[in-house]
Amino acid sequence: MTELVFALAVGILTASGVWLLLRPRTFQVIIGLSLLSYAVNLFIFGMGRLRVGAPPVLENAEAVDPSLYADPLPQALVLTAIVISFAMTALFLVVLLASRGLTGTDHVDGQEDPQ
Amino acid sequence: MTGLADHLIIVPILLPLVSAAVMLLLNERRRGIKGVIGIATTAAVLIVSIVLMRQVDLMSTGSGVTTYQLGNWPAPFGIVLVLDRLSALMLVLTGVLAIAALLYSLARWHRAGPRFHTIFQLQLMGLNGAFLTGDLFNLFVFFEVLLAASYGLVLHGDGTARVRAGLAYIAINLTGSFLFLIGVSLAYGATGTLNMADLAQRIPNLAPENAALVAAAAAILGTAFLMKAGAWPLNFWLPTTYAAAAAPAAALFAIMSKLGVYVILRLWTLMFGPGAGSLAGFGGEWLLFTGMLTIAFGTVGVLASQSLPRLAGCSVLVSSGTLIAAIGTERSTVIGSALFYLVSSTLGIAALFLLVELVERMRDPGADVLAVTMEAYNESNDDDPEAEVGVAIPASIAILGGSFIACALLLAGLPPLAGFIGKFGMMAAMLQTDGASVKASAWMLIGLLTVSGLATLIAMTRTGISSFWARMDDSVPRVRVIEMAPVVCLLLLCLGLTVGGGPAMRYMEATTKALQTPQDYITGVLGMPKVGAANGGARP
Repeated sequence: MTELVFALAVGILTASGVWLLLRPRTFQVIIGLSLLSYAVNLFIFGMGRLRVGAPPVLENAEAVDPSLYADPLPQALVLTAIVISFAMTALFLVVLLASRGLTGTDHVDGQEDPQ
Repeated sequence: MTGLADHLIIVPILLPLVSAAVMLLLNERRRGIKGVIGIATTAAVLIVSIVLMRQVDLMSTGSGVTTYQLGNWPAPFGIVLVLDRLSALMLVLTGVLAIAALLYSLARWHRAGPRFHTIFQLQLMGLNGAFLTGDLFNLFVFFEVLLAASYGLVLHGDGTARVRAGLAYIAINLTGSFLFLIGVSLAYGATGTLNMADLAQRIPNLAPENAALVAAAAAILGTAFLMKAGAWPLNFWLPTTYAAAAAPAAALFAIMSKLGVYVILRLWTLMFGPGAGSLAGFGGEWLLFTGMLTIAFGTVGVLASQSLPRLAGCSVLVSSGTLIAAIGTERSTVIGSALFYLVSSTLGIAALFLLVELVERMRDPGADVLAVTMEAYNESNDDDPEAEVGVAIPASIAILGGSFIACALLLAGLPPLAGFIGKFGMMAAMLQTDGASVKASAWMLIGLLTVSGLATLIAMTRTGISSFWARMDDSVPRVRVIEMAPVVCLLLLCLGLTVGGGPAMRYMEATTKALQTPQDYITGVLGMPKVGAANGGARP
């Protein structure tokens, strides 16, 4: 059940993200990129195998059974990926505003489609 | 074993980072000091890179793989920096381009916007880190560092064209980064490791269901890197962005698209070499045909370009396509010459990007469009040729014109300069099949290489005639020595590459040989013990 919900969440986020990414308004593009980054972060997390109630950190240095623990590496990767994609989104937002200011439109091409 | 010299590998990453941080503290108006710090740092990084390259080349034992363990954790668990012939070559190339671009920018570009020098150093750090790292996720981090800096450099100088190009550039690179992350996590999920050497070691012994996952991961990663390298059909952003960027930034970007090629070469030879079991040679055909389509697209782009910056941007595509196709041939002799071509074409393209801006200064905008249109309508514009006889060509125009011809020869691959050796070497290697008949795809690639060279020559000649042989109403371009010197130096380096073709080719061949024996790389990375462990844990 967890797997199904998880897979659906990643799929819906990716589909919405890609659709928004292909839209003509810069704001839609940035929201699409954010949704895609959520999907990717969940996906990285899933690659460490889904475990419920298993701690990622070993409690002592004794020999322990690693199958009782969750894989900590994907969690660390997700943390890095979140920080990086957050910073990139902020940077993109600045460029978006600059483009809006310079061209007077929020179209991704900097000019409206001739209707 | 624990001398200072062992820490030399990390200098190309740390030094630019420290100098960027220092420059951030200085007031924006003190550009003179920043320029001096920037040049000093870049020069130091270049010298260290050359020392490292010599060190690797002189290492007689083994493959010349040197590993540096960050935090003194041994390889599969800790992050490592790996230096071998290929990464040393790329480091030196980056250093040369960086110092040329930085010198050029001191004339005026570094005044065009805030914090140019800081961003430039961060870009240098990202590039060097990406060339040195031996870990997939760390590669992602360095990719992001250099991308973030490149966003700054694309937007440097402001203006609607740059912001517009920057918007598309950032969007496509963010999407590429997501593909990169998906590929990395898939590879981790299937093999349980992110270290490139460990990955290569585990691939031959994978369970079939995991082998399929690794193949998917490699395909997704490959898409991300091909996007960076500018392979068709993921390259429509490249000519626009490179043409819009400021000249020194564009010159440095010439190495950035080669980074995509470098990563493909490194990962592909490591992961899918002949010893990779069921996955050996995975995707080779794809690389070959993607490369050929990219050459074709770039060639059409070069012919259709109506302005010099765009022409330079399209020649980046031709160069990337040639390299990708050469990797796809899976022949070590072809790859050796391709590496030679990589160096000469990168230097040539960087010189062209710097030169373009100087040439553009002396012509009125729109002259290119006019020239192409007039050609199309069969109109001639030579009115009264007598009037120009006896006009003394001012020295700066002579140098500009000479450099332009050198760039054209380099990019088209004509004899006196280094571009010829690389292209000729590739073709000769493709025809050398030890008795077997030459494959149809090899003939196609040879044909494409010839046609792309011819097209480059035609386009460059056309632009050259319309900009240098045009009537000049005493508008001699105001070119400063500090702008001209980097261009001339880059071209002289290419000349040096021709004169010293023998040793250079020997180095490239040794590089390819090392790439063909991934086992040396794997033992070099994974076999290295913790520092201090060998001599009883005593560290001086």
